[in-house]
Amino acid sequence: MNQKTFLAFIGPSVLMMVLFIALPLATVLKQSFYVTQPVYQTLEVETCTPTFTGQVCLKEIKTIPTIGDNGKVIKQTSFVGFVNYQNVLELPRVIKAFANNSWRQFMVIDFWKALRFTLSFTLVTLPLVLFFGLIIALCINNVAKSIRGPVIFVSLLPMIITPVIGALSIRWLFIGDGILTSFLEWWLVRDISMFAQAWTIELMMMFYRVWHVAPFAAIVFYAGLQTVNQDTVESAIIDGASRWQKLRYVILPHLMPLIVFVTLIHLMDAYRVFEEVVGFSSQAHVISLQWLTYDFLTSDLMGNRSIGRASASSMLTMIGIVLLLIPVLRGVWTDYKGKRL
Amino acid sequence: MCPIRQESNLMTIKKIATTIAISLISSSVWAGCAFENNIELKSLSNSFDAMKAVTESMAECGNVTSVLDVDFKDKQPEAFAANPSLYQIGGVSNGTMVPLLNAGTIRPLDDLVAKYGSQLKPSQLIKVNGEIMAIAMMVNNQHLMYREDVLSEFRIAVPTTHAEMVAAAAIIAKYDVVDYPIGGTYKAGWNLGEEFINNYLGNGGAFFGEGNAPSINNATGVATLNTMKSLTEHMDPEYLVSDSTYVQQQFQQGKIAMATLWATRAGAMDNAEESEVVGKVIMASAPMGSARPASTNWWDGIVFATNMTDEQADAAFRVAMEGIDTEMVLANNDDAVWLIDGYVAGSAAAGAIATADNGAAPYPSSSPGMGAMHTALGNGIAAFLTGEKDAATALADIEAAYTISATESGLM
Repeated sequence: MNQKTFLAFIGPSVLMMVLFIALPLATVLKQSFYVTQPVYQTLEVETCTPTFTGQVCLKEIKTIPTIGDNGKVIKQTSFVGFVNYQNVLELPRVIKAFANNSWRQFMVIDFWKALRFTLSFTLVTLPLVLFFGLIIALCINNVAKSIRGPVIFVSLLPMIITPVIGALSIRWLFIGDGILTSFLEWWLVRDISMFAQAWTIELMMMFYRVWHVAPFAAIVFYAGLQTVNQDTVESAIIDGASRWQKLRYVILPHLMPLIVFVTLIHLMDAYRVFEEVVGFSSQAHVISLQWLTYDFLTSDLMGNRSIGRASASSMLTMIGIVLLLIPVLRGVWTDYKGKRL
Repeated sequence: MCPIRQESNLMTIKKIATTIAISLISSSVWAGCAFENNIELKSLSNSFDAMKAVTESMAECGNVTSVLDVDFKDKQPEAFAANPSLYQIGGVSNGTMVPLLNAGTIRPLDDLVAKYGSQLKPSQLIKVNGEIMAIAMMVNNQHLMYREDVLSEFRIAVPTTHAEMVAAAAIIAKYDVVDYPIGGTYKAGWNLGEEFINNYLGNGGAFFGEGNAPSINNATGVATLNTMKSLTEHMDPEYLVSDSTYVQQQFQQGKIAMATLWATRAGAMDNAEESEVVGKVIMASAPMGSARPASTNWWDGIVFATNMTDEQADAAFRVAMEGIDTEMVLANNDDAVWLIDGYVAGSAAAGAIATADNGAAPYPSSSPGMGAMHTALGNGIAAFLTGEKDAATALADIEAAYTISATESGLM
């Protein structure tokens, strides 16, 4: 089609992407270099609070925000350069931890603790999702046509459950005297507290994520399996290939573009892990990068939010995703160029 | 035979019945309220039983819509800053009032109190710099709750300090009566920070030095952390994910013998539908720290927006006075520890009153850095309790985190 028609078709999508993706990203980038503060003044203030017998009055010197002529708090925005990033990365503490050769001290710093968990979460769940997705797709493909519909339905169910609800249901299954914990305690004849240490919580989170995402991979691979070239399969059988060889030399190469696709999607999704941390209330043991950004944005009792640091943390998360995706995208690009030639 | 006529007969009967019903309802609406309110009013508050009782009582005056939302404290600052304000009446606690106070979005009430506030007791008038800014209606604090049958079975005296609690727990732990001797609202975040603040104030500590600088890394701070650690040794190992609802349920299901829990949870222990320990849980004063009870007093009350007409303010104040009158308290006596005339303190309130009588400090919400400090504490103490850091390092890191937040928001 000619240029004009093409532009007319993609125009609305591009406009929406600019409005809802590119512009917000640009504002977050800009915000990460600024800090907005109310202008404070120091005053002596007397506050009285009730007790059962009367009142207790305290006089103290307080810093309170100044209110301008329009009745609103006066705020000033100042350019601070990389200060927000420094506050998030806490490099002095990192250097001190390395000087003491202490992995523990390094892992106690919020950003790096979150980064470590996010990376291990992403990189451990990826092969599991691909593996189980493939197994489920092959099973669906080999099942009798009469029950294939119900089988597809049942295998898709985990994906339908909202992540927050899913995380909460896993929590309730395992916390305190939850059903599955009680079963494990009975079976292993010992006391088990799944939520009392970090590694069990991490395991449960990974288990939940694989269970939740594998159906997506399965349905994508199942669709791919429908287009496998039957001639190639038949000639492989005639040549005496075993099941495993058929899988390795015919089916997997055919599915490779889909495997790359699922990898891309999963890397981007898993890196933003958040619902699991909230659903399991695991903030004492396990935190993720997305959760850290959220924590910066949560207002404290006085209504303050660390928007500068939240923006910096967001940008660092985005840089992390981009770095993770580079190898995958490079592979896709060289593949594409190879095919063009 | 004549279906159409039968239908119209039915319709007429239905219409008459509905009209009668509506007129009965509308006549009973004015029953609880001394005056008929004609101005549209909206209120935003937290969603717990006492607030529900108050807003229902306010609704009797007519034209009052109440929004009860657990996330009210995130919504109120912006809603009240709108001109005109999105809500005329706000339900607040001593903590959540501060952002509204600082932004100037709530109005002084001296003239309104003079005109319509004759029913109010002096202790209900929250004064800031000599101006009445809020009307308090109830108080709340964390205090000790214990299983009377368990303690008397092993002849343990009611603990009055944390050391006594730990000693009692050691005895109870030897027998299989309860799953864990102690329960604690130690969920990382706001709850954990609140526990530290309660204990630290109980030991007479001060949070800030000159110019909002933090000052918790001292002997009192270390002692507080060590006390918390000694208590956790007798708790459910999942204490870092346990909030007050979880601990309340542990009590109701007979899994713990002692806990420091919010007074508003006291009634739930005797709720026959949920609780297996009806009548067995007794309320007592919070354990004493070295200076005062290890607890903080909170009050809940009502504020009124600045951005509304004086006519609306008048009506809103009168409606609120109806909402917190003696009639409402008599009908909902056990929903809260009311400050209002006509309240009869039952057994459920004994702990809260004892704690306040013993001299518990009010939650220091007037300190401008308290918000950032509470958040830093909530995030930083877990590392000490899990053994990743020692007490001094944990406190130093909390002070550093607070300093970053305070510098960022301009307090330091």
